[in-house]
Amino acid sequence: MAAFRRYLRSPAPVLGLVLLMAVIAMALCADLVFPRDPLALAGRPLQWPGTNPRFWLGTDGSGRDIAAQIFHGARVSLLIGVVATAIAIALGIAIGAVAGFYGGGVDTVLMRVTEAFQTLPNFILLLVLVAVFGSDIVTVTVSIGAVSWPAPARLTRAEVLSLRNREFVLACRTLGMGDLRLILGEILPNALPPVIVYASVVMAVAILLESALAFLGLSDPNVASWGNLIGTGRTVIRSEWYVSAIPGVAILVTVLAVSLVGQGLNDALNPRLKERT
Amino acid sequence: MSGLLSIRDLSVRLPRGADRSHALIGVSLDLAPNEILCLVGESGSGKSLTAAAIMGLLPGPQVFAEKGAILFEGRDLLRLSEAEMRAIRGARIGMIFQEPMTALNPVLPVGRQIEEVLEEHTAMTRAERVGRVLALLEEVRIPDPASAARAHPHELSGGQRQRAMIAMALALNPRLLIADEPTTALDVTTQKHILGLIRELQRSHGTGVLFITHDFGVVAEIADRVAVMQHGRVVEQGAAEQVLNRPSHPYTRALIAAVPTLAHSPRGRDFPCAPVLAVRNLSKTYRAAGLFARRRTVHAVKDVSFDLHRGETLGIVGESGSGKSTVARCLVRLLDPDGGSMVVDGLDMAALSRARLRREARRVQMVFQDPFASLNPRRTAGDLVAQGPMLHGVPREEAQARAAELFRLVGLDPAAMSRLPHEFSGGQRQRIGLARALAMRPTVLVADEPVSALDVSVQAQVLRLLRDLRDRLSLSIVFITHDLRVAAELCDRIAVMHEGEIVEHGPTAEVFAAPRHDYTRTLMDSIPGRTWTPPALEPA
Repeated sequence: MAAFRRYLRSPAPVLGLVLLMAVIAMALCADLVFPRDPLALAGRPLQWPGTNPRFWLGTDGSGRDIAAQIFHGARVSLLIGVVATAIAIALGIAIGAVAGFYGGGVDTVLMRVTEAFQTLPNFILLLVLVAVFGSDIVTVTVSIGAVSWPAPARLTRAEVLSLRNREFVLACRTLGMGDLRLILGEILPNALPPVIVYASVVMAVAILLESALAFLGLSDPNVASWGNLIGTGRTVIRSEWYVSAIPGVAILVTVLAVSLVGQGLNDALNPRLKERT
Repeated sequence: MSGLLSIRDLSVRLPRGADRSHALIGVSLDLAPNEILCLVGESGSGKSLTAAAIMGLLPGPQVFAEKGAILFEGRDLLRLSEAEMRAIRGARIGMIFQEPMTALNPVLPVGRQIEEVLEEHTAMTRAERVGRVLALLEEVRIPDPASAARAHPHELSGGQRQRAMIAMALALNPRLLIADEPTTALDVTTQKHILGLIRELQRSHGTGVLFITHDFGVVAEIADRVAVMQHGRVVEQGAAEQVLNRPSHPYTRALIAAVPTLAHSPRGRDFPCAPVLAVRNLSKTYRAAGLFARRRTVHAVKDVSFDLHRGETLGIVGESGSGKSTVARCLVRLLDPDGGSMVVDGLDMAALSRARLRREARRVQMVFQDPFASLNPRRTAGDLVAQGPMLHGVPREEAQARAAELFRLVGLDPAAMSRLPHEFSGGQRQRIGLARALAMRPTVLVADEPVSALDVSVQAQVLRLLRDLRDRLSLSIVFITHDLRVAAELCDRIAVMHEGEIVEHGPTAEVFAAPRHDYTRTLMDSIPGRTWTPPALEPA
């Protein structure tokens, strides 16, 4: 509760929260506002926003309603963001906790693997995974999660390393507590706040990664994602730039909202910073 | 009085939301040249902030001197500009800190750091500065000053580092030296030398010393005059002899009554029955395994043997690096011993497998040193105590009921069981730690420096509690400490450790009255204020 009050004290995180709520609201009411399939032909192609009251954000090159695609795209982007982040954070915590807690050879092996992943640019790795396993929405989401775990893993490991020899952990060890309980019950709850904060960064990056894939035409073409819309607008970007610009703004707003919320969480969960400013 | 430093009615404001509105309230102190004034108090009494105020180093815009004056050589330090203060700091007022490792810059050689002070404040040439640095290091009696000047801080021992700090503080022959707990981080034998050095240098230079400490033994050793602080006020001030032996303020009387005395040692008792813990030839060696580095082996514990009987308290005393904490950690198997046996009630704990050990964990339990680090900040006090029995199959309700009982036993209100550790004071947390260990109904209790992080009055309460519980529950305790006064207060027998070995072992009274080993004698000689016996005071 105290953390929540600290969160609400500065304006930027509140703005982030409001924007994020707006995006979530868009995703939730997409079916009510635009009950038709957003990918269905709706009218004459390339109508500028404002010229036709039926399509207040205009239509794209195939005559599909941009506003409908934005609303339905919010679902896809958020879903990909949340699921990919959950995968990345879960993998990262598991690997980081085991490496940090056991140390020695286990740690060396796991960290070398992590470094191997980190030396490859994750977008290239993502391209390879999508090229090999296909580009339906599930594969794309899992692949994004699979390329995003190294940073959370390193962060978790660092936290666990500093916690595992604290006296309260030693005390539980002398009580006869097993390793699994030590990690899950004693160490992780104290190690998690920075990892949770970092999740916002992972989520923002996940949304951008999907958009980048879609822009290259490598994401699932059968879903109305913002990236797909940018991709289809690419061919007419010099004359009808709004086709790419409108979903671009949507991505910008969502990523900004997620990062602002992350920063707010950081300030709220990190009591050492609370008295600064 | 021709004062060197005169603090008049100083009040220092704290930021809103702190536990009190002022850190210092109407503090008045006088320090004459060639005098050592000891500022004594428990944590939070405002003694370190007084030093910061003199140096003009109060933290931040929210903590500031609200009223009063700090007259130093006739000038009010509170009215000086930052530039004028800079000329005084280091040159006219020197300062030494508690932890020389953090007060020195780790990447510069020690000699170079002393030179910087000279560079800042004098027009000496390079050669003159180097000469002066060597002379200073010689004066603080660092062995081999030339190589010490070239050494980086981590290459020196703790005592040598503190000597280097003193050399730096005295580089410009300041009129006033502020020493903030300068020996607290040091071993007693080193402490004795540093205290002697400060006293000697103060005499020969006629410096006034403001010596901040929490330790009445140190006060007895070094002070000319004493000022006692409590909650930001000076409650008593006077000549050392008078404050130590005839304190008038109730708080001073309570503090001095809490100082463990060396004079009375607990009764030597006989323990006819078989020991509950028999340690034989316990050894632990650390190997620094590097692929390319030369292998270093450290024999942390060598062939340690002792017995502990039911209801008995064995004190293991020694300085840092003596191996006493390694013994404690081996006893609870946080470390695996390399050799020897530890038999508890017929079971050799040293030979148990990990899985078997977890089941037998209740036999030996530990109380840790740091009351802040030893409790999981996210668990309630009740859970912390109930946790152990629950791990071993006691149902939740029964464990909670037992925890409530233990809370009463260690002097806490069972209603506080739902609170989190940060809502308790240091002494209360240590009681929770004790309750957690007792919840397992251990055969042997290992206490690793359980009172050394506590203020002296709280320390006395926790010691009283330990003694009381030991007598009521017939606890068998291995008590690890560096503080001989504490050991004398509580322990039936004492084992003195030095470089991994037990060099002397016997009933407390005997060891204190007639130490046989040279090292024990050195240790006894180094107890600060050993000639001062705290007066028997009725709590006022």
